[in-house]
Amino acid sequence: MSKLLEIEKLSISFSQYFKGLEQRELKVLSDLTMDVDDHEILAVLGSSGSGKSLLAHAILGILPSNAKVSGSIRYKGKEMDDELKEELRGNKISFIPQSVNNLNPLMKVKEQAIGYIKDEKDKEKIIKKQREIFNQYNLSEEVDEMYPFQLSGGMARKVLISTALLNDPEIIIADEPTPGLDEEAVKETINNLVELKEKGIGMILITHDINTAIETSDRIAILYLGYVIEITDTKNFSGEGEKLLHPYTRSLYRALPETYFELTEGHQPSYQNIPKGCPYHENCSRQIRECHYELPELREVNGTIIRCFNPLGEGD
Amino acid sequence: MDVLKVENVNFNYGSHKILTNLNFSMENNQVIGLFGDSGSGKSTFCKVLTGFIKEYEGTVTINGEVPQGGFNPIQLIYQHPEKVMNPRWKMRDVLEESWMPDDNLLDEFGIKREWFNRYPSELSGGELQRFSILRALNPNTKFIIADEISTMLDAVTQAQIWDSLLKLARKNNVGVLVVSHDKKLLNRICDSIVYLSDITE
Amino acid sequence: MTKTEENKQGILNINLRTKTLIITGIALLILISVFVSNYFIDHTAVLTSNFYNVNQPPSFEHWFGTDWMGRDMFMRTLLGLGISIGVGAFASIISTIVAILLGVFSSVNTVVDEIVTAVIDLFGSIPHILLIILVSLAFGGGYYGVVMAVGLTHWTPLARILRAEIKKINTSEYIKLSNEFGKSKMWIARKHIFPLIISQIIVGVILMFPHAIMHEASISFLGFGLPAHEPAIGIILSESMKYLSMGYWWLAFYPGLSLLFLVLLFDLIGENVHKLLDPQSAQE
Repeated sequence: MSKLLEIEKLSISFSQYFKGLEQRELKVLSDLTMDVDDHEILAVLGSSGSGKSLLAHAILGILPSNAKVSGSIRYKGKEMDDELKEELRGNKISFIPQSVNNLNPLMKVKEQAIGYIKDEKDKEKIIKKQREIFNQYNLSEEVDEMYPFQLSGGMARKVLISTALLNDPEIIIADEPTPGLDEEAVKETINNLVELKEKGIGMILITHDINTAIETSDRIAILYLGYVIEITDTKNFSGEGEKLLHPYTRSLYRALPETYFELTEGHQPSYQNIPKGCPYHENCSRQIRECHYELPELREVNGTIIRCFNPLGEGD
Repeated sequence: MDVLKVENVNFNYGSHKILTNLNFSMENNQVIGLFGDSGSGKSTFCKVLTGFIKEYEGTVTINGEVPQGGFNPIQLIYQHPEKVMNPRWKMRDVLEESWMPDDNLLDEFGIKREWFNRYPSELSGGELQRFSILRALNPNTKFIIADEISTMLDAVTQAQIWDSLLKLARKNNVGVLVVSHDKKLLNRICDSIVYLSDITE
Repeated sequence: MTKTEENKQGILNINLRTKTLIITGIALLILISVFVSNYFIDHTAVLTSNFYNVNQPPSFEHWFGTDWMGRDMFMRTLLGLGISIGVGAFASIISTIVAILLGVFSSVNTVVDEIVTAVIDLFGSIPHILLIILVSLAFGGGYYGVVMAVGLTHWTPLARILRAEIKKINTSEYIKLSNEFGKSKMWIARKHIFPLIISQIIVGVILMFPHAIMHEASISFLGFGLPAHEPAIGIILSESMKYLSMGYWWLAFYPGLSLLFLVLLFDLIGENVHKLLDPQSAQE
């Protein structure tokens, strides 16, 4: 049996020009391997400005033209080429964008949700369905006639979610669904996402907010400088973090204000200065010789996928 | 002892009331958390405090005096450090615009000398935020207003920058107003927490 | 097979920086040699009539042919282009000064800004050629009149850009923070604003050249510009009108083409310098 969506060794880079047209290669995602199944939420956790959104764009096939992409993305075991991506986009694979800024400011909410439909009969059907879904999310008929700027943060979030649901998607990619919302709205959004999962949807949740990731997901993939360094069960983010195997993941968990607010030395460099070898070795307390010149491959340790030569054990 | 006092501040944006009759005071040995929902006017309050917004009613005073001209003793640190740095300046110039700390302090903030010759676009968000914090902690600064300064950073970096900031602030007797939507963070680092809804009408 | 393909790509895909630098370099070299050649050409010898060689078609001896007075058209064109560049340079300097003054002036306060915008719109809305002719006549015509006329009418686009750019920088957060650090307005203007608009000014000046040159040629052609004894391209073209019907096509063809080439060169330099100074625009 194949998984719903499998990503293998996906790398995305850009060549950028700087002052005087000096050219530099900027790697935003490197060697990314992960998969999602139905009834599952996989959170992709990375610091902001890291280009995690590009992962969503790559799956949807809407990367800018100067992006260099390698690796493969498979939908139910079938390799996704540009044609298949276009066919699935908005149908089987839906996207919940970061903010209302992704909506057309000059179009009413309803028109954006249903999109352009030529056939009158189809249109009626889809309008009916749109109303049903909007009702489920307590979006009144007034909302249909509103323009995006009239929506409050929480309402906009609901509009974006319900719009994504119109075509009965199998996979949803949600890009930073919680920031900028107040506590109540965050809770509601999280509930909505979990509900969708229970209905059978497979979801990739892209976020920089570790709390959102912990509260919604089944598994969490942690990104560091564009590399996946660990994919672990969400329930391992508990206790003293003893089940987290990568040194960065564990210090991330233990640095949370609600756990230990623990201080770790070293800082994450910028994408233009990704170190050779393991991207984390400069800050790692457990570095060994290999870490300096060799990139560790992803491997499985006790059910966790990890990119580390010298992972922590449960006793450490 | 320095006292920052905000009295009867009102601020409207058109006919939309954002801050109504706001009263607040703190001392320079305090670290106070300010909590409020998004859209409640926290950022507007920060801008009023630091003089970024000047068209408001009411008064903001330090020891009974309105700060005037020259270096503002109330300094704001932003959520997005890259927005408060001239993109064509090297980091040395960015820091020097305020002051040049000694080597010890640079080390304490984990700032490497090689970064001085780079442009803001060449550093990570965490690295830039260290610069903007150190820049705000000029010897003439009496109060720091930190508006969601670690929201965009990962937890490890968040713990680091708060540790450095608070150590230096306590040493120099600088009062810190920590504005955040993250109550757990405020509980960790603040002496007391104020709700924006409690200090406005 | 694949190897040759790779090689081909290797040649075609020269680094953009190198490509831009090479193009700019070649274009500049041509322009400078045209301009400098003017000082080495013996004007009297070139412009003296020689009735042995009247109306010769292009040949190896006379690349662009000769005119009805037997003068070598290549030399005349070269001198004409030199004058064009000279007029363009003076006019651009005048225009740039006006544009900078207005751009900076507009940032004083909103009232001044409105006035500046109104002036820009006013000048922009009058037909260019008409305005140039009027100003040129007002300054008494001749070389001086043309330079002033072209210079005083070409500042509108640059002034508009500078006004917008200064406004954008002034409202940015780092300028506000600079205020909080107690920096003076002059300090901010010198350290923050000027370095950010200098690239706009440089590109604006270069791109002003082609306009200035074209307009000088057009009013000279119409007879309102440079006096008839100057070997300007506009004069050459208007004189040649009388001879075109007799089949002496080279009298207009080569000088016209050279003028076009000159204008394109300036355009090319402007665009490439823009890329070098502002790399965002080069991001495909």
